[in-house]
Amino acid sequence: MSAIVETRGLTREFTVRDGRRRRRLTAVDDLTVRVEPGEAVGYIGANGAGKSTTIKMLTGILVPTSGTVTTCGLRPVKDRRRLARQVGVVFGQRSQLWWDLPVRESFRILAAIHALPAATERARTAELVDRLEMADFLTTPVRQLSLGQRMRAEVAAALLHAPRLVILDEPTIGLDVLSKQRLREFLIAERRTHGTTLLLTTHDMGDVQRLCDRVLIIDHGRLAYDGDLVGLGRATGAERVLVVDLVGPSPDLTGIPAARHLSSEAHGLRQRLSFDAEATTAARVFAAVAERVEVLDFTVEEPDIEDVVRRIYAARR
Amino acid sequence: MRAMTRVYWRLLGAGFRRQSTYRLAALGGLVANTTFGLLKVAVLFATVRAAGGDVAGYDLGRMSTYIWLSQALLGSINLSGRTDIAERIKDGQVAVDFLRPLDVQAAEVTTAVGGALFALIPRGIPMLAIGGFVGMALPASPAAYPLSALSLLLGIVISVAAAYLVGVAGFWLVETRGPQICYMVVSGFLAGLFVPIQLFPRWLELTAQATPFPSMMMYPIDILAGRVGPAGALTLLAVQLAWLAAVGGLGQALTRAGRRHLEVQGG
Repeated sequence: MSAIVETRGLTREFTVRDGRRRRRLTAVDDLTVRVEPGEAVGYIGANGAGKSTTIKMLTGILVPTSGTVTTCGLRPVKDRRRLARQVGVVFGQRSQLWWDLPVRESFRILAAIHALPAATERARTAELVDRLEMADFLTTPVRQLSLGQRMRAEVAAALLHAPRLVILDEPTIGLDVLSKQRLREFLIAERRTHGTTLLLTTHDMGDVQRLCDRVLIIDHGRLAYDGDLVGLGRATGAERVLVVDLVGPSPDLTGIPAARHLSSEAHGLRQRLSFDAEATTAARVFAAVAERVEVLDFTVEEPDIEDVVRRIYAARR
Repeated sequence: MRAMTRVYWRLLGAGFRRQSTYRLAALGGLVANTTFGLLKVAVLFATVRAAGGDVAGYDLGRMSTYIWLSQALLGSINLSGRTDIAERIKDGQVAVDFLRPLDVQAAEVTTAVGGALFALIPRGIPMLAIGGFVGMALPASPAAYPLSALSLLLGIVISVAAAYLVGVAGFWLVETRGPQICYMVVSGFLAGLFVPIQLFPRWLELTAQATPFPSMMMYPIDILAGRVGPAGALTLLAVQLAWLAAVGGLGQALTRAGRRHLEVQGG
């Protein structure tokens, strides 16, 4: 089967004006990746690492300086309009809705833009309105929507034509926990029912953990990691952290097998233990703790994305 | 083909409806147009009277038609050079335009024309009403009406397509306010917004005729005011079509070249 995204030596340079001097900046540097249909890929990196530039080259917005890129079997710049029918893009910071018009009107215009037959338009709009719970604000002008509502409408707008490839650039930025959760559930369902390929950039580890089965990390325009999440944890040695709230004050919980005591607060009422997910499980660490003290509450903290990225970056230097 | 027609029809409708949400702006424009119209009456009527009742084919009736028509069209004909595309290039929103299976220029122009057509209602009709009330000369031939409607539509499209050229200069300049202001000064003057171009000295009139600006406003008015007959109207329509092809073609070329130059602002 042919790849849905394939780049070879993809490179993009920009001219930056630095006071009076001009210098060349390489935003994407010799990137070679291949994404198969149906994959869900998290594309991660620090701000300015080249994520958005890559996406803009994949979709034909930006012209590469060198290298080749094929998306959905098409050459993005040359076949921009044909490609647009097969790709849906959500830029978390940009809107593709008509600001002054009701949400429903944007969907109608987009359906016309993508030449959806009337029956398809009706069915797909109904499906999206239902799954993204948009019925309450369909007739509201876009400018009056809350951020959570607007993001749902943006996602619906990008997915209205049931694209094969969905690219989300920071889709959950600024959303509250509930809105994030809803959006993720929707994307999971969309993948399941339509076999959509997903490529998303994010700073939110939750997005990656819940949505992606493959991770690409980019550092200064270069590919720094390509693999699954488990391997990422292994590669970085990033550890998970068990936080326990105890019933009474307690000395530091040292000597738990395969776990390391990190810190204690309030005379040991709250303690943090890190453990290597490869060597043990959260349940085993918890059981060992519960044998020694009475636990009131606990949470498990995942390594955050900045931390993972930092470790990957540090390992390369 | 039918699907394509449907798209642009929808975009035209979107522009029309979007413009309809700016009620206060329409009212403000109406007040400004009326004031400016009365000013033109004072100056230009005095000119006609001083010239003994006729200046370059304009008597008081025709001058009245010119004044109120030009004021009626002011809200719909883009003589300012201000465009959405300029804004969207500046803030990077243009990326979204390139994500659609549409011709970026055609989509932008169609949407803007939709807005311009709406503006005829709140800003055009009242001006014509004033003109009708104070008295305007109207064309003798009934053929002048469909011809002038066509000419007006062409004028709107040419003005929007020419303003688009100023906007896409942003692919190279990013900030286009300077060129836009120069454009605004020149275009209004040469389009015949302040005085009919026939009142210009001969060399300036010829200069104006060498630009697309009279095709935006002066020619539709010449036809509707009956200053030219049906044969002359057809000539003017041909000139307008030629200018439409020129600015449209240039816009296509600049969009294509600009895309290679595009550096999306704001990440």
